[in-house]
Amino acid sequence: MEEQELKWFREKAKEIRKLTLDSIGYLGVGHVGGSMSVIEVLTLLYYKHMNVDPVSPRKRDRDQLVMSKGHAGPALYSILADKGFFAMEWLHTLNRGGTNLPSHCDRNRTPGIDMTTGSLGQGLSAAIGIALGNRLDNVNSTVYCIVGDGESNEGQIWEAAMAASQFGLSSLIAFTDYNKMQIDGYISDVMSIEDLTAKWVAFGWFVQRVNGHDVGQIDKAIERAKMEAFRPSMIVLDTIKGKGAFFAEGKLNNHNMPVDYEIAKEAIRRLDECGE
Amino acid sequence: MVEMTTQQMRTVYAQTLVRLAEKDKKIVLLEADLMRASGTKLFKEAFPDRTFNVGVAEANMVSIAAGLCTTGKIPFADTFACFAARRAFDQFFISANYARLNVKLVGTDPGVTAAYNGGTHMPFEDLGLMRNIPKLVIFEPCDPVSLEKLVQQSAYHQGCTYMRLHRYAVPPVYDEDADVRLGRGNVLRDGDDITLIATGVVMVPEALKAAELLEQDGVSAAVIDLHTIKPIDAALVLRYAEKTGAIVTCENHQIYNGLGSAVAEVLSENRPTLLKRVGVNDEFGEVGTLEYLMARFGLTAENIYEQAMALLETKNG
Repeated sequence: MEEQELKWFREKAKEIRKLTLDSIGYLGVGHVGGSMSVIEVLTLLYYKHMNVDPVSPRKRDRDQLVMSKGHAGPALYSILADKGFFAMEWLHTLNRGGTNLPSHCDRNRTPGIDMTTGSLGQGLSAAIGIALGNRLDNVNSTVYCIVGDGESNEGQIWEAAMAASQFGLSSLIAFTDYNKMQIDGYISDVMSIEDLTAKWVAFGWFVQRVNGHDVGQIDKAIERAKMEAFRPSMIVLDTIKGKGAFFAEGKLNNHNMPVDYEIAKEAIRRLDECGE
Repeated sequence: MVEMTTQQMRTVYAQTLVRLAEKDKKIVLLEADLMRASGTKLFKEAFPDRTFNVGVAEANMVSIAAGLCTTGKIPFADTFACFAARRAFDQFFISANYARLNVKLVGTDPGVTAAYNGGTHMPFEDLGLMRNIPKLVIFEPCDPVSLEKLVQQSAYHQGCTYMRLHRYAVPPVYDEDADVRLGRGNVLRDGDDITLIATGVVMVPEALKAAELLEQDGVSAAVIDLHTIKPIDAALVLRYAEKTGAIVTCENHQIYNGLGSAVAEVLSENRPTLLKRVGVNDEFGEVGTLEYLMARFGLTAENIYEQAMALLETKNG
């Protein structure tokens, strides 16, 4: 990618980060950590790689994304709002009673969400189902899936890993948001998933590992993954839980935390200042 | 029409799926390394690209089925009922039902029919678990004729379904042209003194035999096949509660949370009626032949007869 283009994506990612902080801050509580850490990858996907149409959110030939770590909904909602899947005003309805934007992604409530998730471990399997359905219908779309590192403790993730490989699902590109933290502490202290890349390689996937906040690296990895013709791809993203939110970045309590709106606004202000 | 009297239930099931799939490309099948048990090899032979075996990974199977639904497919997913209900419960609950998708889950070897596989494989609680899932359609065909009809209907029901499937051959209870519909119980035998409500391949025939025993004692017993436990045919239950004033439910399942409880709920809120639930009485399963287990857990015509007579004594004061 040209420097000009990279700059565009960095700016867009910053914009999405701000929208997400505003949305969570307005409510006063939310999954800050895991939403912040997936912003770069979501930006690359929705603003470059994915063929999606806000006017036709269920069009058959679209590329799809399953947010298996469903609690990162807020990050995705900011992008969907920005792209026009629904009104920007919705972002201030996050988790309110009767909302169309619940904590955990819901395909029946939110235009642009392809699968309902939230109970960790199930989304990757669902992504396999979508890829299989596409294959049966000769739909040449890509199915993306974002898996959490804590979520990778779940056995079902590995059932899915086995199956995607067995079925040769080269149209499936998954990411692990490897932000090194889960709810009760660091991954390495609670339940280590090392050697993560070796695990996915052993399961027969094409594996890459990149800096999950470097838009250039992520973009290259996605392009490379799309070239795979016989096996699914896993891109491990080294990320920072809470990245870009000064009050949460790298803090162990940032999975789901109270956020004073003034603090969220301060975080937004700092993002504007530092040009990150 | 398939030859009903000698066909195994699982063969009728597989053939029904094949016929559906011949007409409708949306029908697909998922298995978790139990194709041999569910008899669906003939589906795989007919439609190898529409058959997905995930190996011994039931949770994966159910969530994959849900994903397939989002692309417009109608997936049937089979495994033993104990695994379908217990092991993959959260996956069926969230990926399939909460997500308002269209998975047709099939649990084979219900209750005591698990026989030699023993207590670890003997689901006496699957109906109970499944009844808690909002909007889920739950049914248990008692014979090959109703099996074929109900499977066809379930394929085109908008929403998830759960079916208990016995593997082996059982004699037909219904005529080929019988009117069997999801959500509507069938009166197999009319009567005035007491009503026996049963489901499934074990208890429907036993209830019919019990009705014969009761008749020998001058008792006129109605027998209802309430194949659909959810949504329950409340109108039919209440009609016979009104008509006979005493009900015995008969299920190859715990007496908690299954057919008996569903009937009790309808009666208590509308027309409290004398009720006795025949089923497994808060016990785990164990190994044995089907005949042994039926006797062991009281799932027999003789026990239904005795419970009915005792209930009638209460009824007649």
